[in-house]
Amino acid sequence: MSISFENALGIHEKALNFRAQRAEVLANNITNADTPNYKARDLDFSKVLAAQSDKSKNGHFALDMTNNRHIEAEGMSDGEASLLYRTPSQPSLDQNTVDSQVENANYAENAIGFQASFTLLNSKFKGLVAALRGE
Amino acid sequence: MSLSSVFNIAGSGMSAQNTRLNTVASNIANAETVSSSMDQTYRARHPVFATVFQGQESGGSSSLFEEQGQAGVGVQVSGIVEDASNLEARYEPNHPSADKNGYVYYPNVNVVNEMADMISASRSFQTNAEIMNTAKTMMQKVLTLGQ
Repeated sequence: MSISFENALGIHEKALNFRAQRAEVLANNITNADTPNYKARDLDFSKVLAAQSDKSKNGHFALDMTNNRHIEAEGMSDGEASLLYRTPSQPSLDQNTVDSQVENANYAENAIGFQASFTLLNSKFKGLVAALRGE
Repeated sequence: MSLSSVFNIAGSGMSAQNTRLNTVASNIANAETVSSSMDQTYRARHPVFATVFQGQESGGSSSLFEEQGQAGVGVQVSGIVEDASNLEARYEPNHPSADKNGYVYYPNVNVVNEMADMISASRSFQTNAEIMNTAKTMMQKVLTLGQ
């Protein structure tokens, strides 16, 4: 019997990955706060979560293979599709839509979310170790 | 791991803001550099920022509309432009650099604008450093996984 990390760790591993990805997008927004024509981007957490939990519930969306010459193809992309543009609260002269305060707040919130996901993932590992030791 | 690219992104931002601070310093230092002809007079310089996308880090001008599907991986200074606004001609016949009509030309540097630009650049630099610090904390946390 082997341990399935996929089942043991659940969604937390993916959540951690998502937080890291989002940190990248938000850092890019803040860095481009003075770039003319730059449009702020963000990842939608609820959309990624819905896609992921759908995936883990129903498995991957895959094409039916009725012939042995059919090629396996997965339907869902992981998160890139939910990379959206932020709606600016007010227009700016240089067409830049970055609001530094909003981005900073989101970045901080994302870092806390990362810590939370990490704590959950860590406790999963601790649980596995405790189960293996049997003490 | 995308967390490590946060370092590159924030680093590129700090570098770009550094260039901006450099041009501000150059502008303020030369604010009173007079000259006897229009084309020899110092003109205010300003950096132009552009977003960097994956796979084009090595220079070249970039447009935001090339890549819709990705968020970009930092900022670059795509060029430094000279301010085209009018120079100030002052009648100072006793100035050693005065031309034959008695005029000297002052640069089109607006010191108030430059000071505001300096504060903005320094704030942006601080924010980028802070972003890098937070990313560092997140990465250090990941290294303690399972402990």
